[in-house]
Amino acid sequence: MSDFVLQDAEAHYGATRVLGPLSMGIEPGEHVALIGKSGAGKSTLLSLMYDRWQAQPVALMPQALGLVDTLSVFHNVYMGRLDRHRWWRNLATLARPFRRDVDEIAALLDEVGIGEKRWTPCGELSGGQRQRVAAARVLYQQGALLLADEPVSALDGPQASSLMGKLTQGYPRSVLAMHDLDLALGFCTRIVGLRDGAVVLDAPSNTLDSASLQDLY
Amino acid sequence: MPFRATTRVTLGFILLALACLLLGDFEISAHDPWRSLGQLFLGLLQPDFTSVDSLGEALLRTVAFAFVGVGVGALAGMGLALLFHHWWVRTFSAFIRAIHELFWALIFLQSFGLHPVTGVLAIAIPYAGIFAKVYAEILDETDPLPAVVLPRRAGRLSRLVYARVSQAWPHLVSYTAYRLECGLRSSAVLGFVGMPTIGYHLMAAFAQGHYATVGALLLTFYVLIGTLRWWVRPKVLPFYLLVAPFLLGTGLPIMWSNVTRFFTEDIVPTPLKRGEGLEGLWEWFAQLFVNQALPGIWNTLLLTQLALVATGALALLLFPLISRHFTNRPGGVLGHVVLVVMRSTPEYMLAFILLQLWGPSMLPAVVALALHNGGIIAHLIGRRSNEILLRQDAPRGVNRYTFELVPRLYGPFLALLFYRWEIILRETAILGILGIATLGFYVDTAIQEIRFDRAMVLILITALINIGVDVLARRLRGRLRLRHGVNRQRC
Repeated sequence: MSDFVLQDAEAHYGATRVLGPLSMGIEPGEHVALIGKSGAGKSTLLSLMYDRWQAQPVALMPQALGLVDTLSVFHNVYMGRLDRHRWWRNLATLARPFRRDVDEIAALLDEVGIGEKRWTPCGELSGGQRQRVAAARVLYQQGALLLADEPVSALDGPQASSLMGKLTQGYPRSVLAMHDLDLALGFCTRIVGLRDGAVVLDAPSNTLDSASLQDLY
Repeated sequence: MPFRATTRVTLGFILLALACLLLGDFEISAHDPWRSLGQLFLGLLQPDFTSVDSLGEALLRTVAFAFVGVGVGALAGMGLALLFHHWWVRTFSAFIRAIHELFWALIFLQSFGLHPVTGVLAIAIPYAGIFAKVYAEILDETDPLPAVVLPRRAGRLSRLVYARVSQAWPHLVSYTAYRLECGLRSSAVLGFVGMPTIGYHLMAAFAQGHYATVGALLLTFYVLIGTLRWWVRPKVLPFYLLVAPFLLGTGLPIMWSNVTRFFTEDIVPTPLKRGEGLEGLWEWFAQLFVNQALPGIWNTLLLTQLALVATGALALLLFPLISRHFTNRPGGVLGHVVLVVMRSTPEYMLAFILLQLWGPSMLPAVVALALHNGGIIAHLIGRRSNEILLRQDAPRGVNRYTFELVPRLYGPFLALLFYRWEIILRETAILGILGIATLGFYVDTAIQEIRFDRAMVLILITALINIGVDVLARRLRGRLRLRHGVNRQRC
């Protein structure tokens, strides 16, 4: 049984407390948007969650994405499931991918709109394309919870909406750090506002509108 | 005007070198040195490619030993690099790379004899130590984030290959290719102790005074190294590596009784074999240390300091040859050729040639070391100078050299020179095999007298001095705040 609960959690930078103490839990079906000024503690909270919930199947999409520039788009996505295969199969895939994996990943890449780039090294992609590769990786990885830091920040309107839809549908629960309030309200079920490392707002998104969130900034 | 730290260090090194000059032996004892030199140049101008009965075979063997040795060394080095966080692996790697290829060859010649495995191990072992260090550094420099976002239960090997090795791959490949060039030089030099590579044929041609053959061999060697990047391509490399082990030749069969005897009896200190106990051992060691090690160390250090300063002077003098601030295009091309020839001739080969021409003294050794190492540093400094942008009205000629360029390049120059300090020492010790009284001379003599126990102790002492100078150079670089990412250019 998955159990995603933080109890009086804190994060420190040297001797200074930068986050918490805070307590919160993520229920199945919940998609949480973390909002707040930069430096409010959104990324810190995400990495704290990733750290605390190690024993459970959690996927992480950090702001810097964590792609390997020298590997192709296909291989970067494949890395999401390195734990499902034996080592020799992973090595063989580096030299020559299996048909089954190629078909599955190609379909996923088509969905996020970069199917034609599947053999391009990630180092040659633009910022928006890289973000879509990292998104495809976590979609391929699957799990009980997705933690993502500004997952659509480099994409424009319709593309951003489409990807937000896929990310929230792909996981039973998610925590997404967001700066676009309309997207946060549109795709997440719950909004958590942070200020100076403390939770100052925690409410279902259908009780809020973007004007009421402006106070946080 | 107060002297700056770098100036003080430079002056200190120059004074030390002058003192060494007074203490060493630098006489030209050959009967007619310039005539021989002239004959050699004539041989280079009119090489006789038909006279080497097995030029093709010499080339093939040189390449094969280099590929197999570097290949095995790279594989073992990667294994060591993955364990590099253990202090004992770091110490072990530092130790095996402190012993020169030729010393390893001398050791294995006594056990495995003239079998190809001797040549392969002589290259593979020290190279494994170097690869271990550099591979570990390269892997450390990769971005850790891809490993963080991997599924937590991913296997260790998959994690390593996908998240670290894949990122480092281009750097690993280019460094290994660079070492391959070094491997060709090492392989050629192994011929001087009997392996069937170019060095062997060079020695034979000199012994018979066939300068046209010498010329042909040297030119072939330059072409081999100069064209490396056209015939060594990542795509065909696996093919070379698969074929090379079959092209090493058969050599002489291994006598396994010799191997066992060497490692269980020959290298055990004599007093221990005779049961003279620790007291006998101490006396034996003290004798060896005072009579052979000390004079060897003295001469090695003397020669090293002198060669270091000569190398520096030559590098500062020659870097304008390839600097766009001093030459135009055709001149630059010619300068490149000069520096390529200088740095692709192994010190040992140069010293051998000069020794044949000028007779035995420290002079050939210093000149050989300065030419080879000066060529390398001049090349790197010259390349660095091309990155400097001068204002449009900058002075020209000597003023440009002394006021604009040298002050800006002096830091990197000193850093490079200190990096090569340890390498020059390693080579100086080994030049003793040619008859100059450095540590290698005493090692070689002990081996010829079949006193392998002594040879081993002397080799160990040489390794320890190497490690000592490496530590000293690192401290000096730290104190002078010289940082230049070139510690990978070392052969």
